[in-house]
Amino acid sequence: FFRPRRMRALLRAMEVFVTRRIPPAGLRTLSEAGGCAVRLWDSEEPVPRAELLAAVAGKQGLLCLLSDRVDRELLEAAGALKVISTMSVGFDHLDLHEIKKRGIRVGYTPDVLTDATAELSVALLLATCRRLPESAEEVKNGGWTTWKPLWMCGYGLSGSTVGIIGLGRIGQAVARRLKPFGVKKFLYTGSRPKTEIAAEFQAEFVPITRLAEEADFVVVTCALTPETQGICNKDFFSRMRKNAVFINTSRGAVVNQEDLYDALVNGQIAAAGLDVTTPEPLPTDHPLLSLKNCVILPHIGSATYTTRNTMSVLAANNLLAGLRGEPMPSELLL
Amino acid sequence: MGILRHLRWLKPLLASKFHICCNSQAAEVARQQLPRIYVTRRIPPEGAKILRQAGLCHIEQWDSDDPVPRSELLKKVAGIQGLYCLLTETIDAEVLDAAGSSLRVVSTMSVGYDHVSLDELKKRGIRLGYTPDVLTEAAAELTVALLLATSRRLMEAVDEAKSGGWGSWKPLWMCGYGLTGSTVGILGLGRIGKAVATRLKPFGVKKFLYTNSAPRPEMAAAIPAEFVPLEELARCSDFIIVCCALTPGTKGICNSRMFSQMKDTAIFINTSRGGVVNQDDLYQALANGRIAAAGLDVTVPEPLPTDHPLFKLKNCVILPHIASATWSTRNAMAVLAANNLLAGLTGDAMEKEVFL
Repeated sequence: FFRPRRMRALLRAMEVFVTRRIPPAGLRTLSEAGGCAVRLWDSEEPVPRAELLAAVAGKQGLLCLLSDRVDRELLEAAGALKVISTMSVGFDHLDLHEIKKRGIRVGYTPDVLTDATAELSVALLLATCRRLPESAEEVKNGGWTTWKPLWMCGYGLSGSTVGIIGLGRIGQAVARRLKPFGVKKFLYTGSRPKTEIAAEFQAEFVPITRLAEEADFVVVTCALTPETQGICNKDFFSRMRKNAVFINTSRGAVVNQEDLYDALVNGQIAAAGLDVTTPEPLPTDHPLLSLKNCVILPHIGSATYTTRNTMSVLAANNLLAGLRGEPMPSELLL
Repeated sequence: MGILRHLRWLKPLLASKFHICCNSQAAEVARQQLPRIYVTRRIPPEGAKILRQAGLCHIEQWDSDDPVPRSELLKKVAGIQGLYCLLTETIDAEVLDAAGSSLRVVSTMSVGYDHVSLDELKKRGIRLGYTPDVLTEAAAELTVALLLATSRRLMEAVDEAKSGGWGSWKPLWMCGYGLTGSTVGILGLGRIGKAVATRLKPFGVKKFLYTNSAPRPEMAAAIPAEFVPLEELARCSDFIIVCCALTPGTKGICNSRMFSQMKDTAIFINTSRGGVVNQDDLYQALANGRIAAAGLDVTVPEPLPTDHPLFKLKNCVILPHIASATWSTRNAMAVLAANNLLAGLTGDAMEKEVFL
């Protein structure tokens, strides 16, 4: 793509900090752009906070991950940022108010990870309702003796009601994947109805209380905002059906984990599957990890080779566009 | 024990010794006239109810969650007219001889009947009921669940979360292979195979291929899927799903030859019968990186001994044959098998019969 000399010179004056060893495709995109000086925390592990604060000083661009908290402290340490590009669709780790105040642009990675994340959400739902980890464990420890009519029975999707909290890109993609399993009815809840999108599934917009009461499967795919923080709590779980399955692949903080634990232990709901927790990682002695009817995955929603590489390229391109003062492929408008 | 249960309805009528005597004599006579059936396991409640409430037969049952020992089975089938069994019982000449000429119907609570000798049944004019269709959805669902658990490394990931291997979010940690843009190959496009394909479609599969003994255009058209020889299925598929019946033609068909033709990024899923796969060849293929990963719901034997080499592999997921294991499906299977059995006893048309 045509890059005038002036643009290359402009870029060459820029400095960026990349907070992790991102997939090769993304790094290649940055280096091939030719120009901006890239400082890289070349590790699989997160950059320590002190190191991060020092490294951002004077940089025009920051390419970060969801594990990097971009708050007032960091922004003040940076001083010269023009663009922040996060390799994620979630942006709850970014203080948008502080970022907007400083006129900094933000890039993120919606769409490219929708398929992988919806796929993982369905994988988690099925693993939970059909008791895959539990039964795989029985196979290993000698608990599997023979075929038995009622051993390891789970709950199927056929004829069920599925309730989606947050019918956004990922929520819709989940609904699409669940349809051919014989789901009888889709319900959804959120800040407002999305009639055109919901029509594809004949999904009905309902208050969250009704969703809890009627769903056999609850799938949480909303963004984490002040409104959604902790909405899956004691009241919510107490309304759910005792054979219902609860799945969260959004953000850990949407769920009150103590209340979830109680609901599982007291048989208020049948089982839960979580790809996101508070904190991440979840400490290995956390009570939820001890429950047979709770499946916990280590936040792998978008973890396919293709998707992570594509996310890294998009994040790199968002960053470069921001540095050049051009439209980004995926800008988060503040 | 089964006898006593069957006579529970007598209790309210017991008033005097004479009454007991007369009634139990009547019951004895009635019992002697009713055909006898043997049920080889404790079966789901809805199926048991059908058998009892029909009042058509005298029921004897191995009232346990564990399989009936062979010697007990051979003893108990003597003189029965109907046999209600599971896939754990081998119904061969030995059992049929032990039953004798009274046996009219065998009803298995399964869709597979590789445990039943069709030749021996046919020779003796015995009818066979089975349970297709009612378990198709649950089996297809579990097949997709197993595929996703394998391709997205769920078991490994669950273990990392429990063991402390989960650090912070990392770009390339625990990455798997997605279905988007993939080619899926189905070995055995029957009821379950078609239901699996239907469920996989919205995951963005680019192309469906299938291999069968002969093309099945009516099944394939709905997906749509292209009929190819096994070698092409192996070469071109990113995901291979085995859904065929176990027959002499399919026994051991998934062997080193097939695995060597597969992509090294391919995922292999078997929810049909363990005997379709050469397990030693599969182990080699996985250990040597000839294929990326495998998921099995069926093995040889079942259960698989816990020291089997396949358990050493992180890229092999093994489930304990739970394809049809939902509460509603198992009850529906039990009901269907019960109805098949009763129809066989009365000489009526069965809901689902294997025509021999």
